[in-house]
Amino acid sequence: MPFLEIVNLHKRYPGGVAVEQVNLAVERGEFISFLGPSGCGKTTTLRMIAGFETPTSGTLTIDGADMTRTPTSQRNIGMVFQSYALFPNMSVADNIGFGLRVAGRPASEIRERVAELLGIIHLADFAQRYPAQLSGGQQQRVALARALAIRPRVLLLDEPLSALDAKIRIVLRHEIRAIQRQLGITTIYVTHDQEEALALSDRVVVMNNGRVEQIGTPSAIYNTPQTAFVASFIGTLNVLPARVVNRDAGHLEVGGQVVRVGRALTDATGSQVTLALRPEIFSLNGAYGPDANRLSAVAEELSFLGPTVRVRTHVAGHALSFDLFNTTGLVLPQLGEQIELHFAPEACLVLPPG
Amino acid sequence: MRRASYWSWLWLILGSLYFALPLLATFQFSLLAKKGEIGLTAYASVFRDSGFASSFAFSFQTALATIVISALLIVPTTYWVHLRLPELRPLIEFLTLLPFVVPAVVLVFGLSRSYNRTPLTNSHGGLHLLLIAAYVVLSFPYMYRAVDTGLRAINVRALTEAAQSLGARWPTILFRVIFPNVFVALLSGAFVTFAIVMGEFTIAALLAQPAFGPYINLLSSSKVYEPSALAVVSFALTWASIGLLQWLSRGVGQNQPGGPR
Repeated sequence: MPFLEIVNLHKRYPGGVAVEQVNLAVERGEFISFLGPSGCGKTTTLRMIAGFETPTSGTLTIDGADMTRTPTSQRNIGMVFQSYALFPNMSVADNIGFGLRVAGRPASEIRERVAELLGIIHLADFAQRYPAQLSGGQQQRVALARALAIRPRVLLLDEPLSALDAKIRIVLRHEIRAIQRQLGITTIYVTHDQEEALALSDRVVVMNNGRVEQIGTPSAIYNTPQTAFVASFIGTLNVLPARVVNRDAGHLEVGGQVVRVGRALTDATGSQVTLALRPEIFSLNGAYGPDANRLSAVAEELSFLGPTVRVRTHVAGHALSFDLFNTTGLVLPQLGEQIELHFAPEACLVLPPG
Repeated sequence: MRRASYWSWLWLILGSLYFALPLLATFQFSLLAKKGEIGLTAYASVFRDSGFASSFAFSFQTALATIVISALLIVPTTYWVHLRLPELRPLIEFLTLLPFVVPAVVLVFGLSRSYNRTPLTNSHGGLHLLLIAAYVVLSFPYMYRAVDTGLRAINVRALTEAAQSLGARWPTILFRVIFPNVFVALLSGAFVTFAIVMGEFTIAALLAQPAFGPYINLLSSSKVYEPSALAVVSFALTWASIGLLQWLSRGVGQNQPGGPR
């Protein structure tokens, strides 16, 4: 039996549907991310788990107990907010100990727990400071410690790193993951940052228009997207219109060039499909061997991105970008040069026509 | 830059003169009670009168009661409007402005008619309660705006939800999270309320209450120099009381947005 289970969760507002038919089973200690664009329903789903919103229909169980209508204060969940939501009138130590004081725990126990958490978040010297005297990253660490202080059954994080700058975000996301592993706490993390979701999670729930598009490991979500939305939302994708020329052999035709996908296709021969190709699958030097696909293209623009160089080309009138690693001795194509792109058949994603 | 600085000083000096000159003139006049010499005779006469201390104490207590009741009414209401009923904000703003529109005479007659033949109108304590209730209504525009501004400076929803997720129920949220975080704003509304109650005449006189306002008025109609001395004294005492309140509440509300450092 899953530790946290959501069954047929719906949330309707007078203005429309926010969440529709969400089903999810989370194991104890798992790290799950809700990923999707703004307004996709990920935060509403999280807020229903927290108890801030009441579902229109559906059930939520935590550790076997039905929590669908239980008030937030009785759910024993820890919540970290994008805006930190630290109590401005309380010191760091008082913020962290707030939940324990509300629960009426003895002062000595509160002191010990606060000291333990201050150690975990590396802010032992900041106990008597006030939130306004801390940086954004420090405030979010305190918010995390405050949420963990009550030993919650589930930790919920609502875009906790969105308000921080890029470097702090990366440091803090590693810290969050390390603390989550250390404590083994079941965690649900909402983000619109796909890199964050892929880097942190055991599984990712991709949402769009209030519905779950796909649930899977980061690798499955990235490499084998089940819907056109997931394919386009996760990572960068080149989308080329194609036609099935041999369903059983798995052959497509793209602008007069044949592409092999290495497996039989479900679409009938002659039907239109979309061929989706990630920018990192291409090679210019035949690294994928003689069985690789080859596409002729014209180099049009080069963008230096640091570790990679992005080359923008055109294939039969459609834009296609690919990345080359910025290694020593990298030979870049000249602008206007006719090039041949090599890529493995297994790297091809075939999606319904866009 | 230098030009702007001159203008700033000019306006500051003009503002200070506008504020200080009438006070200085009143003070100077209050020193002329004895013909041909400058002295504190009028002040001695004011302090000798037993009505001064009793009326000041009465109004002081009434002001404190008004502030406490008003805070207990306004903070939860404004908090709830911010949290759950933002669409009601225009209505609440309108209602809290009514004391500016309804004259005090109308208010007090309405109150005495409404509560006629109840313990509120046939006993001294009852009338005092009615006076406090009327002052609470008078304080609405100042208290509501002050608290509303204080609540806008904090993320009410996030703080409430954070407290809820940590197991807190409504009374805990209100008294441990919301009140301390609007304390500085509340204090500014409280000071205005205090000053108004200390000088209020119409309601106190019509309800026949021994307040400071009617006492000043009574003195003005029977003496020449003493009312000026009393004006200066009441001004100083009101400011001292506000200072005392601020001193007693020092530390509370520190480190909140816009709060003292």
